[in-house]
Amino acid sequence: MTSVSELQPIPWKLHLSVLAVAIAFPFVFPSSFMVNFGVLALFYAFIGQSWNISGGFAGQLSFGHVAFFGVGAYASTIMQMRYGISPWLGLPIAGLAGAFVGGVIAVLSFRAGLKGSYFALITLAFAEVLRIVSNSIGITGGGLGLLIPMNIGAQNLQFAERSGFYFLILALAAGSVAVAEWMRRSRFGAQLAAIRENEDSAKALGINVFAEKVKVMLISGAIGGIGGCFFAQYFLYIDPLIAFGTDKSVEMLLVAMIGGAGTVYGPLVGSVLLALVSDVTRTLTQIQGLSLVLYGALLVVIIAFLPNGLIDLFTRKRGGKPERKK
Amino acid sequence: MMLQVANLSKVFGGLRAVDDASLQVEQGRIVALIGPNGAGKTTLFACIAGFHAASGGRVQFLGQDITGWPVHKISRAGMVRTFQITQPFAKLTVHENIAVGAYQKFHDRHEAWEHARAVARQVGMEGLLAQSASDLTVAGRKRLELARALATGPKLLLLDEVMAGLNPTEIREIIGIIRAIRDSGVTVLLIEHVMHAVMSLSEHIYVLSYGKIIAQGTPQEVVNNPAVIEAYLGRGSADHAADKPTQVAHA
Repeated sequence: MTSVSELQPIPWKLHLSVLAVAIAFPFVFPSSFMVNFGVLALFYAFIGQSWNISGGFAGQLSFGHVAFFGVGAYASTIMQMRYGISPWLGLPIAGLAGAFVGGVIAVLSFRAGLKGSYFALITLAFAEVLRIVSNSIGITGGGLGLLIPMNIGAQNLQFAERSGFYFLILALAAGSVAVAEWMRRSRFGAQLAAIRENEDSAKALGINVFAEKVKVMLISGAIGGIGGCFFAQYFLYIDPLIAFGTDKSVEMLLVAMIGGAGTVYGPLVGSVLLALVSDVTRTLTQIQGLSLVLYGALLVVIIAFLPNGLIDLFTRKRGGKPERKK
Repeated sequence: MMLQVANLSKVFGGLRAVDDASLQVEQGRIVALIGPNGAGKTTLFACIAGFHAASGGRVQFLGQDITGWPVHKISRAGMVRTFQITQPFAKLTVHENIAVGAYQKFHDRHEAWEHARAVARQVGMEGLLAQSASDLTVAGRKRLELARALATGPKLLLLDEVMAGLNPTEIREIIGIIRAIRDSGVTVLLIEHVMHAVMSLSEHIYVLSYGKIIAQGTPQEVVNNPAVIEAYLGRGSADHAADKPTQVAHA
């Protein structure tokens, strides 16, 4: 069997087609409902890519990715509310904050040699600690959260039209896809794939496993942090549960795993599907949290039949077979 | 001197897996490390390559004291090991596996991938480039171990039983490959159980038993050494084997 190579570039045509569809979407479906749908799908694709880069490409499975998101959300919001710093500047600030937390978690856990489920648990613990801390200190507004004053204007990163948010998150998501594509092509990406597959072999071939893992957590943290800033500006409100709730960590890894962990478009495919499931269930039923039940069911089905994610449906055309034996 | 191991020891709890072992590998040679199962050969390799911290002793590589260096730094300095139990990057293709090694030498993508292709040709894997590493046969995996290590552009290769589990034809092929690697300027230190391969390949042999180097010399000297025969066949065997020194070869 020849397998589909994961370290080969994706053709430009495919990237451009996806981008064209995404740009056309708000013009084809201009309703506020649909644009909101698009914003959320792209937002989850974006933060899902944050998880995917460290969890999918580098194999460092985390249950606490929301830590980066929340720190980014609080960093930009606090900067804005206390010091009047523009949320446009808040985006890179949130990225730096996320990267910083990613780096700290990475250095502490990888220095201690934590791998696999131990790493997953320690990330969960970090996120929970941040949630509890943000709940009890003053600067975050404690349990009340922070309400960003409404002040509509593009210069305040508050758009009168939802499509403004749509194109902002589209640009960010495109950037995250570019990072993922770079991982496919670059030496760095090849080294991360090696680390994911076998750390001892990676070391034997001269890869500084610790340094590369810290690097990937910096990148992943930066993306998560930027996602936090965007989220805060879109909903104009954050509290500890929104910023550091476990459910968001789960959603970040779900979109990546359902779509296809370690693939460039996996998070996008997963987030579109999950946004559809969520909207459909919310429209058709009044049952709270039904969408999460369906997510779970979907995950089971996908792990059983498409262990490499939904993206497998698209990449498996050339007579390849699923790795799992029937 | 390519590699100089001086009085190396490795203690696990109460067990001295490697006990005061010293060996030297001259540049451009093929040197073998043999010994009965459980003698500590792989542990000695792991200590030399930095996978285990030695409990005592020094390792010098190209005149530099590398004792205690991390694995990746030793690898980048030019000493690269393979694994007895093959450790492929299972989900990657053969080409990608070798490219990971090649990226240590070439940072440019195109150069790395071309180099990986050339190395695959060198070890006779060019027909398997697109195959997933998990689909390889044992022989294929052993070659892949070799290819990956070779792609890094090493000065010294530590080969841990690259012939175990291969059939005679495959062994003959890999012997040729290893010779060609040496002729291209790479020094080789190998652990091997396939004795006829050791005899035909290596110029110098060290024999490890219960963690100690009990003999060394040319292949002929080593197989006729009573201590070696005893190590393989048990105490008292040396007298019986005196007439038939090649018996060791079948041990």
